[in-house]
Amino acid sequence: MPPLSAVAFLALAALTLGSAGIVAFSKNIIHSTLALLGTFMGIAGLYITLSADFLAATQILVYVGGTLTLILFAVMLTSRIEDMKVSNPQTGIPVAFGLTTVVLLVLGKVATGTAWPSEAKAAVPSTAKLGHAFLGEFLLPFEVGSVVLLAAMIGAVVLARRAVKRTWEKE
Amino acid sequence: MTSIPLEYYLIVAAALFLVGTVGFLLRRNLLVLLMSIELMLNSVNLTLVAYNRVHTESHAGQIFTFFVIAIAAAEAAVGLAIVLAFFRVRKTVRSDEADLLRN
Repeated sequence: MPPLSAVAFLALAALTLGSAGIVAFSKNIIHSTLALLGTFMGIAGLYITLSADFLAATQILVYVGGTLTLILFAVMLTSRIEDMKVSNPQTGIPVAFGLTTVVLLVLGKVATGTAWPSEAKAAVPSTAKLGHAFLGEFLLPFEVGSVVLLAAMIGAVVLARRAVKRTWEKE
Repeated sequence: MTSIPLEYYLIVAAALFLVGTVGFLLRRNLLVLLMSIELMLNSVNLTLVAYNRVHTESHAGQIFTFFVIAIAAAEAAVGLAIVLAFFRVRKTVRSDEADLLRN
């Protein structure tokens, strides 16, 4: 019987990568969007196995609750869903696979060739430490991040709304 | 708990990044391109958190991941707004239909 953490890691990695494959290669864009849910949940599970519990909760709240819903809205608004063959075309296969093979070789060489510290340390609850870090050492980036989010929100509203004909522009 | 070596997380993250890259290069649907970008951002986040698990003295990796998540949310909102605006003009979401500057 393999240890529970190994089983959990393998299951979550399989969920993440399998769903990611569906996201990138499915002909139906609705399947792509729904498979993105599996990827986000798998990543959140991997965060938990890395004892980043607060980050896992954030991942589910922000990505599944926010980003995925937004993407689903955009898919529903723009795609002809019944038209599966046209909804998700692809081109340029040899170039893409050539480039990614090179990247895979480099990343695999780095990941396996470097002597990473393998000593397992005790898991520490991260939420309190993160809160102190955000309101102490990282206070300025935290506030700048909220300004960025506000700017993105306003920009998205301006971009996505329909052009309004104002009454005084007609004459 | 971490009987899983760091390399395994790195390899999963690298594979996820590659799936996102292939999707980004192959697809011609703007929404799938955005989803592929999300895949790549998630793989980078996974790498950061995995490194943070080894260096537990500070939580800089997890904090950086929070900022990446925030910027990714902003990017998704603005990107999808651009896709909607583009769809309103051209009635399509194919990225190779966006050739206004080519001619």
